[in-house]
Amino acid sequence: MNLVIDIVDENRKSIVNLSGEIDAYTAPKLKEAILPLTKHSGHLVEVNLEEVNYMDSTGLGIFISALKSTKENDSQMKLANLQDRVLRLFKITGLDNIIEINAAIRGGNE
Amino acid sequence: MANLINLDAATYKDLMQHYIKTQDEKSLYQIEQVSKNFIKNNILPEEIVNLHIQALSELYPNLLEDFQHSMDFLLEAMISYGLAHQEYQKLREEQYALKSEISVAASMQDTLLGTTKPEIEGLDIGVLSVPANQMNGDYHHFVKGKDGTLGIAIADVIGKGIPAALCMSMIKYSMDSYPEESMSPRNILKNLNRVVEKNVDPSMFITMFYAQYIPSESKLHYSSAGHEPGFYYNAENNTFEEIKSRGLVLGVSPNTEYNQYELKINKDDMVILLTDGVTECRDGDRFIESEEVLDVIKKYADLPAQEMVNQVYKHFERLQNFQLRDDFTLMILRKRV
Repeated sequence: MNLVIDIVDENRKSIVNLSGEIDAYTAPKLKEAILPLTKHSGHLVEVNLEEVNYMDSTGLGIFISALKSTKENDSQMKLANLQDRVLRLFKITGLDNIIEINAAIRGGNE
Repeated sequence: MANLINLDAATYKDLMQHYIKTQDEKSLYQIEQVSKNFIKNNILPEEIVNLHIQALSELYPNLLEDFQHSMDFLLEAMISYGLAHQEYQKLREEQYALKSEISVAASMQDTLLGTTKPEIEGLDIGVLSVPANQMNGDYHHFVKGKDGTLGIAIADVIGKGIPAALCMSMIKYSMDSYPEESMSPRNILKNLNRVVEKNVDPSMFITMFYAQYIPSESKLHYSSAGHEPGFYYNAENNTFEEIKSRGLVLGVSPNTEYNQYELKINKDDMVILLTDGVTECRDGDRFIESEEVLDVIKKYADLPAQEMVNQVYKHFERLQNFQLRDDFTLMILRKRV
């Protein structure tokens, strides 16, 4: 399986649309795409995980290093539209308490 | 080497002559053996083409000149293959050297991280930890306290392979440095979190479940640092439930505090601890749900704890065609009296 990364840049905000699987093979590519975005002070990185049907713990590691980088660089990261299986990982690891996650959008017009 | 070529030049010619006359399978089989011998002795492809040219010119001295030229042309064309083959041989040797170095590291890790399953009166313990590759990123450890309590740690380093395995040694030595008096699970995690946070790469982290069994009270005290939840089996009601515990993984945030929970364990109750290598098992493209893990455990529930653990492992190993995707660690504790 592969991971497709599509980045839409807006003023002071980047939306990262992901689709596919995040695992040990695709994680380096994700890291390369996301980390530079967190280096600009005041920038918001919004990661849309709606089309991500699998993520393993390597993927969590990428989001942790991105989070650490937002703290060092005074930028911000939000995760949106997580599928249940992916959200479960963030909950078990307690990361849902320290990473801003918006899971509710999934399923459409709620 | 030159001797081998000369010897085989004669054989090659005889076999070829025989085959041209009869086209029988036997000479094809024999040349296959000769060819394997060539490979074993690093004979290059262009040397074989050269053998062929020699044999041809001896057998058919009046062969069409154009054809002879074409064979020289082929010889030249094979030279690059020869170089590639030499490169391949070199890489193979290097790979072999690396592999043996890693296996030395793996056996050193086994020694460093080794823990013995303790004998605790009234408690049946089964544990199995199998790495997906040579080095294990999972870790479990037992500590018998002076006061008769049993400390149990199960952990998983994220980031696979060698760096993960090295990181585990750090955890183990931090834990060994704690004082002999038993410390509470929440304090152990709090301490380890500080060590990990300072010392590992930002994308690496560790999940750990730490429990302390107190035989005199039949109680389990535990805390979790973002670890895959284990299960509690209540023998009286014949039910399994997830062991609920919240806590952040180790190594992310320096001043993390951990909650501590308590569980009363009665006769024949079980505590099942695992790593995500168990729950992340895949059957083709399908994921194994945790109910399925429990179903398999139930199936072997009459066996002693160690055999249960072994059978559950065998079940999932079969399901994944004997190819583990992640390190697999499963621990079962059962109160016998």
